[in-house]
Amino acid sequence: MAAVRRERKALMKKKVMKGKRKISVVLSGFFLTVLALLFCSPVLLLLSGSVTGPYELRQMLRPVLEDERYTAAEVRERDTILWEPVPRYPTGEHYQKLLFFTPQFFTVFWNSVKLTGLIIGGQMLIAVPAAWALAVCRFRLRKILFTLYVILMLMPFQVTMLSQYLVLNGLSLMNTHWAVVFPAVFSTFPVFLIYRGFASLPEELLEAARVDGAGELGVFWHIGLPLGMPGILSAVVLGFLESWNLIEQPLAFLENRQLWPLSLYLPEIGPDQAGAAFAASVITLIPSGLVFWLGQDYLEQGIISSAIKG
Amino acid sequence: MRKKAGGKKPAGVPAWVWFMAPSILGTACFILLPFGDVIRRSFCSVLGGQFTGLSNFRTVTGNQAFRLAVKNTVCFTAVCLPILIGSGLLIAVKLSRLKHPRLMKTLFLFPMAVPAATVVLIWHMTFGRLGFLNGLLDSLAGRLPGAVQAALGFSGGPVRIAYMDTELSFWVLVFSYVWKNLGYTIVLWMAGIMGIPAAITEAARIDGAGERQIFWHVVLPNLKGSLYTITVLSLLNSFKVFREAYLVSGAYPQENIYLMQHLFNNWFVNMELDKMAAAAVLLAAVLLVLIMAVQKVRPE
Repeated sequence: MAAVRRERKALMKKKVMKGKRKISVVLSGFFLTVLALLFCSPVLLLLSGSVTGPYELRQMLRPVLEDERYTAAEVRERDTILWEPVPRYPTGEHYQKLLFFTPQFFTVFWNSVKLTGLIIGGQMLIAVPAAWALAVCRFRLRKILFTLYVILMLMPFQVTMLSQYLVLNGLSLMNTHWAVVFPAVFSTFPVFLIYRGFASLPEELLEAARVDGAGELGVFWHIGLPLGMPGILSAVVLGFLESWNLIEQPLAFLENRQLWPLSLYLPEIGPDQAGAAFAASVITLIPSGLVFWLGQDYLEQGIISSAIKG
Repeated sequence: MRKKAGGKKPAGVPAWVWFMAPSILGTACFILLPFGDVIRRSFCSVLGGQFTGLSNFRTVTGNQAFRLAVKNTVCFTAVCLPILIGSGLLIAVKLSRLKHPRLMKTLFLFPMAVPAATVVLIWHMTFGRLGFLNGLLDSLAGRLPGAVQAALGFSGGPVRIAYMDTELSFWVLVFSYVWKNLGYTIVLWMAGIMGIPAAITEAARIDGAGERQIFWHVVLPNLKGSLYTITVLSLLNSFKVFREAYLVSGAYPQENIYLMQHLFNNWFVNMELDKMAAAAVLLAAVLLVLIMAVQKVRPE
């Protein structure tokens, strides 16, 4: 009798625990959702701002725009900024103005496209074969080269900035787009990411292809490339997000503002042209948002394989 | 032992040379050789180029701006890494218990795709004297009982802090770093958690371990490898927070967020290449030692 009671008690306890667990899962789910939405709220704000009419926008942004005019005492009298998430009179005029009447925006946008395209294209041309050699070929320098590449990958721009300048200046590439493109193309980070993809291919498969008479180039082209594609795409996605967002390099190496990419031009649009700034931000966000949306699996894979294991 | 590629050696130049050559040449030309030159310059005077020994290093380490930048960068890293790594783990653990964590993961990861430049305006709107944050604090303060308000220092009427112009700018930077980097930390932690065989946690559960015990004694010890990775990556990404600092506050920000990259840029503008060389060599040496040290303590 006592045994049965004990068992029932234990069962009850288990049920209660299960119920508690369920509640905690629901609670943490709710909390996480709120946090996640908060994380994305800046983007929602950009979207709503970009379709709000100029008059409404000026009204809403007044506390920010006129901030500098107020003394410490005056600012206490003022209300803080309030945001209408849905504009009363939605309009596309900021986009229209930006796309059709701001030639400078076009220049800058194409600068970004050009830089990103050249960087990604170059990285693939250089990094894919190098990653293949490091992953598949066995040679004596392999380990040393690999360690060197990992160390270079980990060095921030501050370390390489002066070296890059010396070369670029020597080749008189300063103040051209190549000054940003070349150092990025020879970054060793994509080599490392792609290497991880190639290294996971089974040795037997490559061996079988060689036995069937494929040359080294054939094995690379017909087996390595198709099967290593996830790794390559990871490198493309991460490379895109990085080069679309370049700040340090163009800031240091491009003096001519006509050559600047979007990421440097955007903050130049003052808050007095908030509508244009919002619309430009949204347009800047679209390509990287698209790449993110299409490539999220590769992005995650890339993040995971950037885990350093020698 | 692994076999040599192809089993037999091809005649002439081995295949790897062709595959590696462009990358090695580029890396040598754009990074390695010029860095050798930078090391040489760090020991020479900028005019004339005579050997001056350690004098450049002495100048740099005695430099006020350099000390400030180093202090801020170290402080920033020391504050950010634990926050980022801890909160990332917490959220990853919670997310891994959900049935469909994918959408949430996407939301957390999304800031990674948001170019720094696009949120400048939002940061101004949030952290200005009349920004969202002060508005939020106002409405919170109004609802608290008077004693609590007084204790928190809210008693003096509405909150009107100019975050970017006070030492709080440091925390704004911390916030924007965490905002941007939390997503990939979560992805890495979750990959680590998913990598733990379900059999182990199941066995612990059958043995009567509670969720908390399972976390501390089963999950956590299995995540050492992930911790290593996340630490190194977060450390390197912490150097990129300059972007936000520069975009929001320009080349000479409030002194608590004057970072290494600000200093390098200002030296670069003034063409103080000898200082840059010495500082770059110092930084490279410190990072190299750090990387080696972390490599040594790494598990497995």
